Amino acid sequence: MIKNTSLAARLWNTVVWAFIGFFVINLLAMIASVLTSSFATRWLGTWLPSAFTTRWYGSAWSEFQLTEVLTVTFQAVFLVVLFSALLGVPAAYALARREFKAKRLVMLLFLLPLLIPPITFGIPLATVLYQTGFAGSLTGVVLANLVPTVPFVVLVMVPFVEQIDPRIEAAARVFGASTPQLFFRVLLPLLVPGILAALLLVLVRTIAMFELTFLVAGPTSQTLVVALYYAVFAAGVRAVQSIDAMAVIYMVTTLVWLIIALRFVNPTQLVGRSNEQAAH
Amino acid sequence: MTGTQSPLRARLDRSNRIAGEASGQPTLRQRLRAQGYDGTTLLTVPAVGFLLLLFVYPFLYGLLLSFNPKAGGILANYARFFSDPFLYETISKTLWLAVPVTLLNLVLAVPVALRVRAMRYQRVLTTILVIPMTLGTVLIAQGLLNYLGPQGWFNRTLLTLGIIDAPVKLIHNYWGVFLSLLITGFPFAFLLTLSYVTGIDRNLERAAAMLGAGSWQRFQRILMPLILPGLAITFCLSFVQAFAVFPSAVLLGSPAGPTRVISIAAYQAAFEEYDYSMASAVAMVMGAVQLLVVGCILGARGLLYRGSTAGAKG
Repeated sequence: MIKNTSLAARLWNTVVWAFIGFFVINLLAMIASVLTSSFATRWLGTWLPSAFTTRWYGSAWSEFQLTEVLTVTFQAVFLVVLFSALLGVPAAYALARREFKAKRLVMLLFLLPLLIPPITFGIPLATVLYQTGFAGSLTGVVLANLVPTVPFVVLVMVPFVEQIDPRIEAAARVFGASTPQLFFRVLLPLLVPGILAALLLVLVRTIAMFELTFLVAGPTSQTLVVALYYAVFAAGVRAVQSIDAMAVIYMVTTLVWLIIALRFVNPTQLVGRSNEQAAH
Repeated sequence: MTGTQSPLRARLDRSNRIAGEASGQPTLRQRLRAQGYDGTTLLTVPAVGFLLLLFVYPFLYGLLLSFNPKAGGILANYARFFSDPFLYETISKTLWLAVPVTLLNLVLAVPVALRVRAMRYQRVLTTILVIPMTLGTVLIAQGLLNYLGPQGWFNRTLLTLGIIDAPVKLIHNYWGVFLSLLITGFPFAFLLTLSYVTGIDRNLERAAAMLGAGSWQRFQRILMPLILPGLAITFCLSFVQAFAVFPSAVLLGSPAGPTRVISIAAYQAAFEEYDYSMASAVAMVMGAVQLLVVGCILGARGLLYRGSTAGAKG
């Protein structure tokens, strides 16, 4: 580190830190205001509500049918995680181990759904899903959500597989391991940390994936984030505290998994693309 | 695959192969293997097939559908889009939101990333900044409705400090959407920039400092040329995300007025008019504008320095 102690440098340092502080304080205050409002009996024109209560959680739970919404959310997320692993991990293994002519094209195919925003490809996708009858059901929600998560698993797993020495597999072969033995005894144990990290990120992203679910979900296949959107959209129909209570339930659901995920991965991996971009 | 073959077949295969080798003509399987296609390569087939079916096919289908309008000739949808100000103005409205916010995010991300690079406890800050990205735009919209509203803590603080006399209107207009894009977009731009900045060898700056370059000169002559290609990519990714803004434009903006962005037009065509053909046309226009901007940026990037960010030896 080059130490620069001139006045201008110290002033600049202060400005940068002031901005970081300002951003973080506003972010935390925004979250705190949702949290406070969800516990408020009545909150109008004062710094803090006059009294606190927990009854909004009960009323939000029944008003927004959160039992059903949460059941759908976890079913959808579980299926998305399962199928993105089943489709993504083998593809990542092949892409990491083999060089073939169409590889650049295949990599581009995996990169595009992550680069193009969901709403752009979501509308044609929703059209196709409505015409084939999948939209409006849990199947449709899972299919639509898999479009960005399968490439995500592939792109997170490729560098992970690449750093496993292929000679380990060769050695197992030399000692007579069959393909299933090689897979279950050698590869899988080595791949588990990478798969776990990738799937946790998929889980967090899928809980928060609004656009695709919104475009294809029917009344019985809404996930929590879509239900929250409709609640905020129809603000005024319900008490604002009730919506805030639902927002807190959503936040807790997401952040619990985020905290678990961050035990295994670096936060920058959530951006999910840094590796490929750095390599041009 | 070889396991299912009969011994006779395998022997024939082998003799064919030997014959092929002898005559200098490799078998099909050998030729494929030489190009990297074998049993392992086939593992990509399920994932590739899935994406062809649910990503490439819908896109092509949407493209064709957009040229097959409910009424009128092939180009009727596009003609309608570019003649109705309610529709074509969505492009300029979206650009007017997305371009300034992306530039601001980048301008803020670079100094913060350069500062954080030197920090020991980076992880605390990156974790906090990941939160808004993880929570997503819907929750941010609800939070900002509370926080920036006329009775919210933000206006209240400014009033108490005497900076303003009456609450500033920050929601249900342009600024609400702008700020929500800042809150979700800045961390994204920051994390990407940080990954580029950490890849630059510190010795390059040390060498420049030893040769007498001041901190501004080091930034201008050493760091900036090295991070510009990365910044171009960050701009593209941030811009594309901002251009597709949807929930916060509805919830925090004025979706009939200055924040009627292009995704609202596409959504309304599909789910309020049930005109999928028109909706596909709007989605194609949206994709085309994104592609155009990204293409320009990447074209300009080609003129920049591309090479190692690691210092050379000695």
